Amino acid sequence: MLKNSSSHYGLISVVLHWLVALTVFGLFGVGFWMVDLSYYSEWYRTAPYWHKSVGILLAIAMLLRVLWRYFSPPPRALVSHKGWEKRTSAVVQFCLYLGIFILVLSGYLISTEDGRPIAVFTWFDVPALGALFANQADIAGLVHEYVAYSLITLAVLHGLAALKHHFIDKDNTLKRMFGRKP
Amino acid sequence: MKKLLLAASMAAMMTIPAQAADYVIDTEGAHAFVQFKISHLGYSWLYGRFNTFSGDFSYDANKLEASKIQLTIDTNSVDSNHAERDKHLRSGDFLNVSKHPKATFVSTKIVPKAGESFDLHGNLTLNGVTKEVVIAAEKLGEGKDPWGGYRAGFAGTTTLTLKDFAINTDLGPASATVQLDLTVEGVRK
Repeated sequence: MLKNSSSHYGLISVVLHWLVALTVFGLFGVGFWMVDLSYYSEWYRTAPYWHKSVGILLAIAMLLRVLWRYFSPPPRALVSHKGWEKRTSAVVQFCLYLGIFILVLSGYLISTEDGRPIAVFTWFDVPALGALFANQADIAGLVHEYVAYSLITLAVLHGLAALKHHFIDKDNTLKRMFGRKP
Repeated sequence: MKKLLLAASMAAMMTIPAQAADYVIDTEGAHAFVQFKISHLGYSWLYGRFNTFSGDFSYDANKLEASKIQLTIDTNSVDSNHAERDKHLRSGDFLNVSKHPKATFVSTKIVPKAGESFDLHGNLTLNGVTKEVVIAAEKLGEGKDPWGGYRAGFAGTTTLTLKDFAINTDLGPASATVQLDLTVEGVRK
């Protein structure tokens, strides 16, 4: 089943969810590591190139995800979920989406201030809009850094909450995210 | 009596030797440049410049030693034609511009050399470190401009060791020093 039903996630949502999760943690790790690379490191050029390429692909995946959410809404929350749990998870999920989009946008603004496009591997270029405001690269850089730390914190909490549902509440919240029927 | 006084004062004016004149560096018309070049890997040059700076000098062609110059550079305006590199240059790895937004040069001594050349000694403050540097300089020319002003222009160059100014990022053995090239055109005040 590709589409979501009212009770379980379809393959497309499941794959997109885990792909994005893996990518977000991967990009965070690479970003955290690459900013301190020395000039003579063999990764000095490669790591940012991959970080940017994968970041743009992540943006595309997220746009697809939002579109897919519209065409195939996620299943209803489990009946065992309390009201505050539903509200909190909705807010967290919204912030995770928002955080990823802010990260992609701020990353784009760092690299394109001088009018240079962003190369996505050797496949295509994302054109630059140039400098849109003063101190663009610096401001966007700070936003990118703080939002990255916030997003990863929130993502870890999101994961811990899923584990809490699995091990403490012993419900199907986490299993459902692997596409299993409850 | 009036005529006599006038004649006397004119005579007095003519006998006074040309005084040191004060000039403001023409940043308004951008006829002044603070540029640098540094080796890239030992294979080629990387050029950059500071876009925002200001300064003035006093200059007396007959008494060069008495001339003075001071220059203040906005380090945030570093421009190497690459946004990501400029961001890196502004960071704590290089110029630390949030902590040290200004670099200054204040001359202390001028030693005339052959022709229009001279050594310009002064204190350069960069990245919060003040060090005496010697700029090998020369006068390029001076005279009236077409718009009623009077201008004098100079060029100078000096080589800085990055570590001397607490810039410790390792760019490789060929890139331990940076050459600073200054061209200033002053408009007489």
